[in-house]
Amino acid sequence: MIEVKGLVKTYGPKRAVDGVSFRVNRGDILGFLGPNGAGKSTTMKMITGFLRPDAGTATVDGIDVTVDPVAVKRKLGYLPESAPAYPEMTVEEFLGFIAEVRGFRSTDAKRAQVDRAIGLTHLTPVRKQTIETLSKGFKQRVGFAQALLHDPGVLVLDEPTDGLDPNQKNEVRSLIKAMAVEKAVILSTHILEEVDAICNRVIVISQGKVVADETPASLHARKPGARLDEIFRTLTASDV
Amino acid sequence: MTQISPVFKREFLGYFRSPVAYVFLVVFSVASIGLAFFVGGFFKANQATMQGYFTFYPWLFLFLIPAAGMRLWSEEKRTGTVELLFTLPITTLEAVLGKFLAAWAFLTLAILLSLPLAGTVAYLGSPDWGVIASTYFGGILMAGAYLGVCSLTSALTKNQVISFVISVVACLALLFLGWSVFSEVLGSIFPVWLVDLLSNFSFITHFDAFTKGIVDPKDVVFFLSLIGFTLFLNVVALER
Repeated sequence: MIEVKGLVKTYGPKRAVDGVSFRVNRGDILGFLGPNGAGKSTTMKMITGFLRPDAGTATVDGIDVTVDPVAVKRKLGYLPESAPAYPEMTVEEFLGFIAEVRGFRSTDAKRAQVDRAIGLTHLTPVRKQTIETLSKGFKQRVGFAQALLHDPGVLVLDEPTDGLDPNQKNEVRSLIKAMAVEKAVILSTHILEEVDAICNRVIVISQGKVVADETPASLHARKPGARLDEIFRTLTASDV
Repeated sequence: MTQISPVFKREFLGYFRSPVAYVFLVVFSVASIGLAFFVGGFFKANQATMQGYFTFYPWLFLFLIPAAGMRLWSEEKRTGTVELLFTLPITTLEAVLGKFLAAWAFLTLAILLSLPLAGTVAYLGSPDWGVIASTYFGGILMAGAYLGVCSLTSALTKNQVISFVISVVACLALLFLGWSVFSEVLGSIFPVWLVDLLSNFSFITHFDAFTKGIVDPKDVVFFLSLIGFTLFLNVVALER
């Protein structure tokens, strides 16, 4: 469903993403691991059409994001890092806006989508509150609700559990797991146990390059008995 | 282009979701009417016209329109919502138009709040409604041109203060070119044809005709093409 080939993005003299390639199929939950600044977010921004790659292609369902960005954006649900949202709007107003942009224009259709997203992400108690008054955990869930409002086939989540307490983390993880059956999901994280908890594939990226692309089990098998963060440190040693 | 309407709606209502709208509308009304009464000699002139009110528009707009326009894109960039907006299925042009039209509609509302003043003039005398209508029309067009400049400068930075200052300077340049005091200075240095050419780029030159009741297509074209040009640059600045 998502196919990335040789993506390159350069900021000044620095190559943030240097020839990243991978594939994500329906039913996959791909964990995107790497130190801060390794190029995880930049890669995601190129897949979602926010940034234009300097070279390489990213396709979603066979549509090249540089050729028809709007068509790709229609198929995607994207949670940007730190879940930006319009602070002066209430949760309901904000999700209503997303629903309208996503093509649910009639009052009933809009309401149905908003209610569904609010239900999935347990936002009911705060639906009439303005977003600026929400705690970080709730804000994160608003971003999540926004990403799955139109029930997209592809989800790109940039640090979806960042800032959540352990219970909320668990909840988001089980939500992702439950949905992933008929979706392709990419999520970035630097919480290593998250990979074991939900991902069926891991990509480790360091200095803009893919240094590992395998199942969590084979990542563990690289150094039997070692903890995941030791393996991670070895793989990304060049990035310190 | 159907995607313009949700963006327009969110942006327009956004003014009223924060104190911005109320503060702006009050300040605009108080300043414009105050200038007309105390500086423009609105009653003293003893004429049933709105000349004393509209004379100050180019100068008032110089500060108030950058104040209303500075947040258009800077705010989105600062809070990160720009990433959300441009990963929704909207083209840059639709987003630029939606936001611009919303801000323009808001400014139109501010201008039309002065209508009771026209009522006062009509109560006290018998004004020429044609002149009043053409001046309102010209004022709204000129507001759009100022706003185009501000929308563009706002897209260049995520800092609202910088956005405001650059907007004021850019508008000031466009204003000064046609201000008689400044043209005289220019006239002593440059040949007349050059001064005339430069003053053709000024807001004042083109607004003046409207205040005399003349709706000249070339003035309308000037304002509309300035809007078109700045919005085109706005799209380029955002896609860069």
